[in-house]
Amino acid sequence: MAERSFAREVELLRLGAGAEFRGEGILAITKALLENGVGYVAGYQGAPISHLMDVLADAADILSELGVHFENSANEAAAAATLATSMMYPIRGAVTFKSTAGTNVAADALSNLASSGVVGGALIILGEDYGEGSSIMQERSHAFAMKSQIWLLDPRPNLPSIVSMVEHGFALSEASSTPVMLEVRIRACHVHGSFTAKDNRPSPFSLTQARNAPVRDTGRIVLPPASYAQERDKIARRWPAAVAYIQAHGLNEFFDGELSEVGIILQGGMYNSVMRALMRMGLADIWGASRVPLYVLNVTYPMVDPEVVRFCTGKRAVMVVEEGQPDFIEQALSRILREADVPARLFGKRVLPMAGEYTVAVLEDGVRGFFTAAGLAEELTPPANAAAMLDEPDVRALASVVPARPPGFCIGCPERPIFSATKLVEKELGQFHIAADIGCHLFSILPPFNVGATTMGFGLGPASASALNGGEGKRVLSFLGDGGFWHNGLSSSIANAVYNKSDNVTIIVDNHYAAATGGQNVPSSRALVGRRSTGHTIAKAIRGVGARWVRQIDRTYDVARMRDTLREALTTATRGPKIIVASSECMLNRQRREKPLMQAAVKAGKRVVRPRFGIDQDVCTGDHACMRLSGCPSLSLKYTGEKLRDDPVAVVDNSCVGCGHCGEVSHAAALCPSFYRADIVENPGWSDRVLARVRGAVIGFLQRRRAARHWMPA
Amino acid sequence: MARPITIAVLAIGGQGGGVLVDWIVALAEREGWHAQSTSVPGVAQRTGATIYYVETIAPEPGRTPVFSPMAAPGDVDIVIAAEWMEAGRAIQRGLVTPDRTTLIASTHRTFAVSEKEIPGDGMADSGAVTSAARVASKRFVAFDMAAMADRAGSVASSVLFGALCGTGALPFPRGSFEATIAEAGIGVAGSMRGFALGFDGVATPPVVVTEQSAPRMLAATGYAPYDALLSRAALLPSDAHDMLAEGLRHVVSYQDVAYGGVYLDLVESVAEHAGLVETAAKYIARAMAYDDVIRVAALKTQPSRAGRIGREMGGQVVAVTEFMHPRMDEILGMLPPGWGEALERRPGVVAALGRVLCGPRRLRTDTIVGFLMLYIVSGLRGWRRRTLRYAREWVRIDSWLDTVRAVAVEDPALAAELLANQRLIKGYSETHSRGLDKFTRVMVAAERLRGRPDAAAWVRRLREAALKDEQGSALDEALRTVESFVRERIPA
Repeated sequence: MAERSFAREVELLRLGAGAEFRGEGILAITKALLENGVGYVAGYQGAPISHLMDVLADAADILSELGVHFENSANEAAAAATLATSMMYPIRGAVTFKSTAGTNVAADALSNLASSGVVGGALIILGEDYGEGSSIMQERSHAFAMKSQIWLLDPRPNLPSIVSMVEHGFALSEASSTPVMLEVRIRACHVHGSFTAKDNRPSPFSLTQARNAPVRDTGRIVLPPASYAQERDKIARRWPAAVAYIQAHGLNEFFDGELSEVGIILQGGMYNSVMRALMRMGLADIWGASRVPLYVLNVTYPMVDPEVVRFCTGKRAVMVVEEGQPDFIEQALSRILREADVPARLFGKRVLPMAGEYTVAVLEDGVRGFFTAAGLAEELTPPANAAAMLDEPDVRALASVVPARPPGFCIGCPERPIFSATKLVEKELGQFHIAADIGCHLFSILPPFNVGATTMGFGLGPASASALNGGEGKRVLSFLGDGGFWHNGLSSSIANAVYNKSDNVTIIVDNHYAAATGGQNVPSSRALVGRRSTGHTIAKAIRGVGARWVRQIDRTYDVARMRDTLREALTTATRGPKIIVASSECMLNRQRREKPLMQAAVKAGKRVVRPRFGIDQDVCTGDHACMRLSGCPSLSLKYTGEKLRDDPVAVVDNSCVGCGHCGEVSHAAALCPSFYRADIVENPGWSDRVLARVRGAVIGFLQRRRAARHWMPA
Repeated sequence: MARPITIAVLAIGGQGGGVLVDWIVALAEREGWHAQSTSVPGVAQRTGATIYYVETIAPEPGRTPVFSPMAAPGDVDIVIAAEWMEAGRAIQRGLVTPDRTTLIASTHRTFAVSEKEIPGDGMADSGAVTSAARVASKRFVAFDMAAMADRAGSVASSVLFGALCGTGALPFPRGSFEATIAEAGIGVAGSMRGFALGFDGVATPPVVVTEQSAPRMLAATGYAPYDALLSRAALLPSDAHDMLAEGLRHVVSYQDVAYGGVYLDLVESVAEHAGLVETAAKYIARAMAYDDVIRVAALKTQPSRAGRIGREMGGQVVAVTEFMHPRMDEILGMLPPGWGEALERRPGVVAALGRVLCGPRRLRTDTIVGFLMLYIVSGLRGWRRRTLRYAREWVRIDSWLDTVRAVAVEDPALAAELLANQRLIKGYSETHSRGLDKFTRVMVAAERLRGRPDAAAWVRRLREAALKDEQGSALDEALRTVESFVRERIPA
């Protein structure tokens, strides 16, 4: 079960022609796919398009009504390979994943697809994970589009534009026999807006028709000599066809403005930010009127040379807004203007930063720089920026006060004890080289754990430690999540380690879901999901590829056992890969499942006992060793107000879910006796009450006895 | 020129910022306005700092607004911070400006890991955010919305939504806000209560009560032996009376009235330096009431505890499990010095005993048997004076105070810092030995610094460094600095 349910929102996908659709970007994209007769959809989750996969999963009924086949692919390569159906049959297909991480994984299939070409529209929806909120290396999808000759759409970030680009994307793909990428930036994925819906329609050519009348054409297979012909076809036929379609349907947009001697050429995705920058300078209004002429590239690859020439002719200077690097578009523009002998001066990365996100403030600085460099004497609204305020001493003082707040493990996360145990083992045996992987477990690299030296890609943690295998001295420890394991880690990391006779240690963090991306199921999920086959255990899979030293731990909260098992793995004389499968359910998912059940039981008057942790504040000495081995958000600090104390004590706030980690870790690390676990009963029965009374009487007697012997001031 | 109303919401992942934003958008749309919201999904939503952004504008026929996808500095009308330091972050990002921004912030703190992991006091200075908010905002509304949400049985977003309504920064009637909550249809009753509290909170900001224990003046208790001690304490400088009352209460509860007499003897021994009395009263009490097994057992079996646990847990508690981990040095510390030291010389025996007696133990103090075990240990209080641990603690206390008295004659400020070094010793088992080690190193360095005019400042700096991290790396560095200039002083 995914973290966020779209069960309610997916009803919007049924809207018919003329109705107003109001919702998020990812829902709008899904609706557009259905309106354009998509035959199949596949993908792999990852921010910012995780929720697109969740929407599709929640929309399973609607999809099957329309005969749309939907796959949760094992990885992005599998998703991209799905598009092979559009290579041979006139069926529209769409796949989605995050980029560039996912595009990297999918590259093999994408290159083959692009070389062969398509007959049915093939759309690759990319969540462009660039700028604030990104969790990956900062690169552009643009390079992929160019190297494989896949057309790249970068629509203006509003729902009507995005929806329209889905429609044109399919048509462009079919008109030019070329797959098309639709790039959606982080904020656009969840932008809330509206557009006018059309009717959904099923694919005119069904998947059944394809199965029953298979097509074979060796000219489409990427092998010589066909591969040479395919490359020539890309240049001779597909590219001109694409340019013709883009021009004929006006996919790129021109906005007139009175300051006709200058202009701005921009990626569609940058449009709203550029407009806001212009508005702050008094050059545009909120209703989309700009005094500077704009040429908006909703298609950023290929460029349409005649459009560029037309826009730039007669202008003194043109600015190009291209987020990210290298400056592919600017280079192309330079070439086009030079070849056409257009004298307009071109300003791009000269007035804007080469790297990094183009925020409104950055763009405003850039446009001001452009106006100055181009020698425009226009009266501009002075910067409304907050510089003066930021210079106030009281505000500057915040720099040393406001703490960084990186993401971390949730309350009760079953991964926390794994890293507590790792830290305890490091205290005994010294530091190890630790290879991390992608997933929630990567939060281990941050305080308080500070565990993990490298991360090389999803499912590649143990593989990234390969060179350090064998020889004398310490072993190397790697982490791998269940998400990464099924993505490709089983072969890239585990089978690889077995085959190469690795002596390293791997901990597979198995929390039953792809948790970091929003709790999607994986093959080893414990829950039975009607539409998918689950329950395939990781331990069985790794034994299947030849691993012999395998330890399954079914309660990660047992810190002492985690620690002992890890110590054994790092020190045993046994050769070969040592693999620990540490399994406990993701607490977010568990709470989502169990909390409503518990609340219902309480409401129904049933006796329910739930555990919670507490701290005796007079026993706590305020050293915070527990924080350094936990970092749980429910562990907090408090001043006691006692005059004799200087330092705040630890407290457990009421967000505690009673996972047990606090108690286990204070035992395993011999921390301090201030933690206690309280079992709280709802709807107590008569036995609870009688027992409490009897115990209370005896304990009360003992306490009175002591009070009589030891006088204490109140 | 027409401009949208712009709203930035700064929250911590998992706080429900998304719910608040959905409400704001739904509210604007039910009023017929255009609205757009954006967020930054992804890993930040796992307990990290995250930002949402909303723009909304009244419709004009035939026109569609072009909204900004992100908040821009100097351009934000309303900033809602769901946590106090996030308000600080909003100000730092330039989102709060004095010409336009209404800042609505909850004053509660969710501490960052960097604040929590410090062995001393790592809590960020909340007052700094207040000062900055006054400078940076046009209007500033702040109260503890998390506490209100608790009271309403709801989440902070409902209180924040109420506060937003209360400020009148959005031109929509209260009824429309409430209808929005009702139409969203989840946890409506609780959200309505939270909303109302938030709304009222703006009009009448609740009085902020700073937690402070009531001063315990040296008021007589009616128990003559103790009152005699109070009278003695009353002869000491009056600005130390509060601390003396607290110290006396602490050591007498810890041991007995006679122990209180010893305490006063020690405080009086520095009394000729009036400025030292309060500091001495504080740290001598902490040193004398060192943390041992007897004390833990006493605290875990005291009568007030069950009630406190019940209140904190908010329900009937049926079981209380303690996580004890007795260690051999604690057990040896309970023996008479001769026996303990004899055993210490036989590590083989100690290890063997350790295997039997020590290790993790879970103890149910709500049961009669479990309670009785701790009760018996707490009853060993009278035996404490005859133990190895007691003897060792007092060797340390005596030598520490000898140094303090000697230093006080030449440099009272340095003496005060030496007293405060007691703060370094805390915790149990390893934490305790680490603290003791840091204490010793700072005291040794202090000895070398004696006679310098800046000795007190340096000792304070060393102590603060020692409280910065567990391993003592900051202390190592500070000690190296001290070493460098102390060595320079030696004449060639």
